[in-house]
Amino acid sequence: MVTQGRVKRAVAVAAALALGVSACGSETESPGQSTAPPALDGVGPITLVTGKDTSGNLQNQLDGWNAAHPDQKVTLIELPEDADAQRQQMVQNAQTGSDTYTVLNLDVVWTAEFAANQWVTQLPESEFPLDKLLPATVETAKYFKRLYGIPVASDGGLLYYRKDLLDAAGVQPPTTWAELDAACAKIVPANPGLSCYAGQFEKYEGLTVNFSEAVNSAGGEVVGEDGKPVVNSENAKKGLDFLVEGVKSGRIPQKARTFKEEEGRRAFQAGELLFHRQWPYQYAEANATDGSSAVAGKFAVAPLPGLDGLGASTLGGHNYAISSFAKNKKTALDFIKHMVDEKQQRENLEKTSIAPTWASLYDEQALIEKFPYLTELKTSIEKAKKRPAVVKYQEVSSAIQEAAYSAMSGTTSSADALAKLQTRLEELTKG
Amino acid sequence: MTATQTSPAKPKTRGRWWWAPYLGIAAIVVYCLAPFYWMLVSSLRRTNDIFDSAPLPSPVSLDSYGAAFAPGNGFVRSLGNSFFVAGTTTALVLIIGILTAYALARLDFRFKNVVLAIIITTSMFPGISLLVPLLELFSGIGWINTYQAMIVPSMSFALPLAVWNLTAFFRQMPLELEEAAQIDGCTPAQAFRKVILPLAAPGVFTTAIITFIAAWNEFIIALSVVNQRELKTAPVITSQFTGSTAFDSPFGTQMAAGVIVTIPLVILVLLFQRRIVAGLTAGGVK
Amino acid sequence: MATLIDAPITPEPPAKAPVGRKAGVGRLAALLVSPTLLVLGLVVAYPIVSALRLAFYQRNDGVDPETGLRLTGDRFVGIDNFTDMFVGDAGERFRNALLNTTTFTIVAVSLEVVLGILMALVMHKAFKGRALVRASILVPWAVPTAIAGLLWRWIFQADGVANDLLPGDPVLWTTDGIQAWFAVIIADTWKTAPFIGLLVLAGLQVISNEVYEAAKLDGASPWKTFWSITLPLVKPTLMVAVLFRILDTLRMFDLPYTLIGPGKNATDTVTVIAFEEAVKFGKYGPASAYAIFLFLYVAVVAFVFVRLLGADVVGARSGRNR
Repeated sequence: MVTQGRVKRAVAVAAALALGVSACGSETESPGQSTAPPALDGVGPITLVTGKDTSGNLQNQLDGWNAAHPDQKVTLIELPEDADAQRQQMVQNAQTGSDTYTVLNLDVVWTAEFAANQWVTQLPESEFPLDKLLPATVETAKYFKRLYGIPVASDGGLLYYRKDLLDAAGVQPPTTWAELDAACAKIVPANPGLSCYAGQFEKYEGLTVNFSEAVNSAGGEVVGEDGKPVVNSENAKKGLDFLVEGVKSGRIPQKARTFKEEEGRRAFQAGELLFHRQWPYQYAEANATDGSSAVAGKFAVAPLPGLDGLGASTLGGHNYAISSFAKNKKTALDFIKHMVDEKQQRENLEKTSIAPTWASLYDEQALIEKFPYLTELKTSIEKAKKRPAVVKYQEVSSAIQEAAYSAMSGTTSSADALAKLQTRLEELTKG
Repeated sequence: MTATQTSPAKPKTRGRWWWAPYLGIAAIVVYCLAPFYWMLVSSLRRTNDIFDSAPLPSPVSLDSYGAAFAPGNGFVRSLGNSFFVAGTTTALVLIIGILTAYALARLDFRFKNVVLAIIITTSMFPGISLLVPLLELFSGIGWINTYQAMIVPSMSFALPLAVWNLTAFFRQMPLELEEAAQIDGCTPAQAFRKVILPLAAPGVFTTAIITFIAAWNEFIIALSVVNQRELKTAPVITSQFTGSTAFDSPFGTQMAAGVIVTIPLVILVLLFQRRIVAGLTAGGVK
Repeated sequence: MATLIDAPITPEPPAKAPVGRKAGVGRLAALLVSPTLLVLGLVVAYPIVSALRLAFYQRNDGVDPETGLRLTGDRFVGIDNFTDMFVGDAGERFRNALLNTTTFTIVAVSLEVVLGILMALVMHKAFKGRALVRASILVPWAVPTAIAGLLWRWIFQADGVANDLLPGDPVLWTTDGIQAWFAVIIADTWKTAPFIGLLVLAGLQVISNEVYEAAKLDGASPWKTFWSITLPLVKPTLMVAVLFRILDTLRMFDLPYTLIGPGKNATDTVTVIAFEEAVKFGKYGPASAYAIFLFLYVAVVAFVFVRLLGADVVGARSGRNR
């Protein structure tokens, strides 16, 4: 056939390219042997790759940088809203060894995967004001004690509660699950349409967050300090049972099993929830007085409760990292320094209410007045536990979701779910 | 073909059930439009009432449309890109597809079945698994951030159906017509162009519509091979609309965008439908 | 694959063609066919070849205990990726996905055929306001898939309009279970029945009125006319439409992924798990094995379909017009 030769040649060329590409992926700079980070050189235009900037402030910040550095302009590359889709794009870019992406805005849980695959480059600690940042956030950017990213945003879970209802019943915000139950027993029956508690229980990353919080808040751990899974423990079971029994007893409404952040926020704002585990972003929205929230001015936040005392949140947030395949890494380094600086972070907090990583901002009186949850948030972040820092994080997270989801929907007992999860995690973390 | 048998003839009356077909038509229309109606209604609510389940938006608000067309989004530009990509894809698929289908329907050559089989075989590989190898290929040949990186994959997705469908249509055309035309002095190509093509118009236009809509809606390739905002297509831009926070997907704005990208297609289909009827009357099937 | 199309479609020897033209015909055919093959080759052939290779490899596992860096390179694992598909948890997940893929295809395509034919008949019928009816029927299909997924998720959410319209307790459509399976079927049928409708309509429009008039004269009932005349005459186009719908539904990805979400046993399809393996977990070996298995499965189904129902998909009415 006429075309066959051509097709064959095209395939051959393509295959050669692909092989070349994967070779690049594995062999370019292997900083593995020494602990010293590689030199970052090259000055010139770069890109910043991130999920879409919701506030418009990011572009302002870039404009500021670009005006001051006309020959080192930063171009914004916006990815879809969905976190999975963002990660997918970044991974694809790395796998093809493309230099299109320079600075990556990585979710904290992606650090290990991107570092271990050498998709992002190791950063020199001495170049950054790490001691000014919340220590917990810096930890999320480290992998095997080396720094691969700079935290620019943090996040911690808070317990939103209906202050009006608690006050009317003379109940203090709960610090333990038992107190939470007691408060619900007292308040919920008298308020038709009100449910006790919800978090993010749809089968996605949010469930991993909520499960880990429950386990940590009961004194258990999913993966220990040494990287070994220890989830099949008595305490972990108590944590999971908090969620499982919650669904069974109706403390957690059935429909909460479809909740991501937004579904839960809407339920809370419609006055359907007494307690809600949520990120700080809900604060401003639930306080909106334009009619979108039925609970404006009627709620407050507290640290998450636990089994025998306050619980521990799961740490969220984002780090800026530099793609290994990028050009102009020196510019990227300077740009990250610029963005993590106190001035930029304060401005960002004021304009977008994104939780900063600059520790002292949490203690500024003017900011606390504007964002009354800052004190609780700082406590939450400081006490927060990070999710397992493992290369196969995505698989680990999927396994966790499977265990938590099947236990919460009643198809598996929590003991069986945890035993199975333990086996699975051991497979995923060995070697 | 099966001869129709004469059944015990009942005298034709306008029976009691004359309205039944109309009821059926109404049911089908409602079925098709109800979800779209919900999309329209949702897009016309104010952002704060978006969770209402009232059948009519009150008050009606164009906020969502305003947000979709907000200058920062580049939505207008993306509509243009979508038209360009889908239009080019359709034109190329039709030209290439008609040539191939003609050969398959009318020429007698070896390996015909092999060719047909190869063409449909390419429709059997899961599209989502094409993504990563394609991306490698396109970065290798410098096609990232180009229109052809969106057009060529869309063509390859549309071609198998186009070829098979057109072949089925050309085969239905009576051979005698072509032969008569050739006897009148037409070359085979002329006979095809002047006799067969007009007669197969319904098939050609249907293929065009199908190709256009498929290309217009293509998402995952367009998302992956282009990262410059100026080149992004409407579905990609729509997926990047944002609400006020990172967790908030702006449902109203997305639905407004959905309405905006759907309506031109429906109008286009209507225009094409007219052409089908016109093609028929002009051709005067035997 | 060469046997996919049954008997050669040569109803009559081209006796009329002058002998000298025979070689020319072959060359002309090659010329006409090659652009299509070239485009398909560029976009589809390379990925298939690449998947075929990857399916026999696995990424080296494990990390350097000092640096935490991942070992690089792939290793050849023979047919392990294929045998792994049938054992243990992964095997269970795969068999379940294969079952979902199959049930989705059987149920959704059957519903779509019935609805699609009804739609085609409606669109074909001459009555006032036909243009509007046509437009409405085609609306679902014109809504971009990405947006249709969002729309149905919105309709099916716990507080959504679907639950408002249904009596009784709210159904949690997007939680794992049979209701999620139904949600996908409902959304898919809505979205693609018009596709079959449109193709069948085109088939209807090349049937000449005389055929119907003859039937009328014979006194055939409308029902009988439909079964003995309309349906056989649109069969070629209908078969092409159904064949491509089967191919598409067997590879269904968007709706289960966006409407219900990955990881739900009731709706995970083979493409969903292949996508998860590749894109989420970076395991291209197993993902390619899934893709190739699905590819073969689709090919077998298409072959059986063409054999049983439409051996003459393309050769259709070559005989009739003689």
